[in-house]
Amino acid sequence: MRLGYNFPMKLHSLFAAAMLAATIPVQAQLSIEITGAGANRIPIAVADFAGERVVAQALVSIVRADLERSGMFRLVDAGPVPIDENSTAYADLKSRGADALVAGSVTGAADGHYETRFRLHDVQKQVALGGQGYGHSGGQIRVTAHRISDFVYEKLTGERGIFSTRIAYVVKSSGRFELQIADADGGNGQTALASREPIISPTWSPDGSKLAYVSFEAKKPVIYVHDLVSGRRHVAANFKGSNSAPAWSPDGRKLAVVLTKDGISQLYAVNADGSGVTRLASSAAIDTEPQFSPDGQTIYFTSDRGGSPQIYRIASTGGDAQRITFEGSYNVTPRPSPDGKSLAYVSRNNGHFQVTVMDLATKQSLVLTDSQKDESPSYAPNGRMIIYATEMGGRGVLAAVSADGRIKQKLSVLAGDVREPSWGPYVK
Amino acid sequence: MRRTLIAAPLILLLAACGSQPPAPEQNPSGVENREPKAIGGDAESVNRDAIDPYALEALKDPKSILAKRSIYFDYDQYVIKPEFQPLIDAHAKFLVKNSKIKMLIQGNADERGSREYNLALGQKRAEAVKRALGMLGAREEQIESVSLGEEKPRCTDHSDECWAQNRRGDVLYTGEF
Repeated sequence: MRLGYNFPMKLHSLFAAAMLAATIPVQAQLSIEITGAGANRIPIAVADFAGERVVAQALVSIVRADLERSGMFRLVDAGPVPIDENSTAYADLKSRGADALVAGSVTGAADGHYETRFRLHDVQKQVALGGQGYGHSGGQIRVTAHRISDFVYEKLTGERGIFSTRIAYVVKSSGRFELQIADADGGNGQTALASREPIISPTWSPDGSKLAYVSFEAKKPVIYVHDLVSGRRHVAANFKGSNSAPAWSPDGRKLAVVLTKDGISQLYAVNADGSGVTRLASSAAIDTEPQFSPDGQTIYFTSDRGGSPQIYRIASTGGDAQRITFEGSYNVTPRPSPDGKSLAYVSRNNGHFQVTVMDLATKQSLVLTDSQKDESPSYAPNGRMIIYATEMGGRGVLAAVSADGRIKQKLSVLAGDVREPSWGPYVK
Repeated sequence: MRRTLIAAPLILLLAACGSQPPAPEQNPSGVENREPKAIGGDAESVNRDAIDPYALEALKDPKSILAKRSIYFDYDQYVIKPEFQPLIDAHAKFLVKNSKIKMLIQGNADERGSREYNLALGQKRAEAVKRALGMLGAREEQIESVSLGEEKPRCTDHSDECWAQNRRGDVLYTGEF
């Protein structure tokens, strides 16, 4: 807990409640029983910022939406009057029930740029908890707002925020497939690739600069690596048969892939530039959906070697496979959590496909959703939320659930079918 | 219509000789991406062992069993059911007889469950068809088996009948993919 020393006691216990996992020693001793995310959210007021009204309003509304969506905060109305970062008028906010206040200002600078300053206050203890200033253009309002949200989230919860991260996903609309990149809140979507043929399995390189994905534009599945800045891409695997399920090694140098050049789907590794193919494992069954553990030592994958699709793991250097899932007859799409302690996957329960999390130490599993057609779970880099694809009203949508199942979100609805989400890494 | 059907492979053969680009009206994506490599050989060998246009026409004859191109599978299965054995026999015979022709087998899966696992399932179905053809004398180099997984459904409803139609292996010949 970097900043725990200046936490007020009341907030402190609330944070401990919200933290749930109580992985941080300072908070572990204060942990209280959780009855639901709603009861333990931190009451926070995000005031209208002073200064440039239009920019300030746009910015503050994004900060509010970020914090509220996280499920960790309850927004308290800060009143009609803008409050700048230097204000110390705590009494009113205290009476409104706020434990924390975000206040700030936006001033216009030369050549259409802005300077935004904000400060986070502890209303109860009546002290400032810190602040930042950013110079930005009108086009960077969203980015700036997400940075403020990240700052607030980290100060108050002790864990890193993911509001500045990005997600990749595929939108299908009338015979057209678009690989899109958006902010973690679904805003600011941009198309990286449009195709008349399907695109599946996008996945971020560990440094966030590239996506690997499978495209069917050559009438069969071929793996590409796509540089997001230059827009250039290269073929990473195009062997005879099908090429699919790319997964980056933690150092970003290799991809675990599934090839069928020697028959049915099997695990291989290739360098990210497409060179140096080697076999990772050998079986007489389907082996697919490889994923490296965060330390790179282990590869989780799906195999039907036992008669039904189940999750297994092997050392990334090879060796015998160890079965991980035993409950039910359909467990697929393993995704290790960023701390390597849990595994998210999709299990079939009474014909419903649902995002599930297993504690790898205890092997206890928890079904996180009550939906029916969940696919493609992907952890946020802080491990708090899992984004996944599901179906609502006959359409593909993206949803997110906290790793403990308590907080649920549906991402802003876009046109068409949305699927194949992949949560990007932290932004440097 | 008949003329175009015959013309496609012939033009591809010419393209393989390097003397003429593929005709633009012949489905450019398939032609450009795959055909020249798939046929291979120099002009002489192509002339000596050309694909018999009449044999290719037989592929399209609705009365011929060769016009049947789909093998259907049960849920989560990749075993070829006995009812499809005559179809496999006929296509194997055709491949043996026309050793220059190439085949692409596309495996498919219904939409339920993981896309990547379904891709693997489609691959296993395509591979099952490939092996069955191989046992009857078709050469390894003649056939490529790939999977489209659940990505290219023939039927898009969410029903048992529809899913049954999508659990399928399709065979395509030179000029058709």
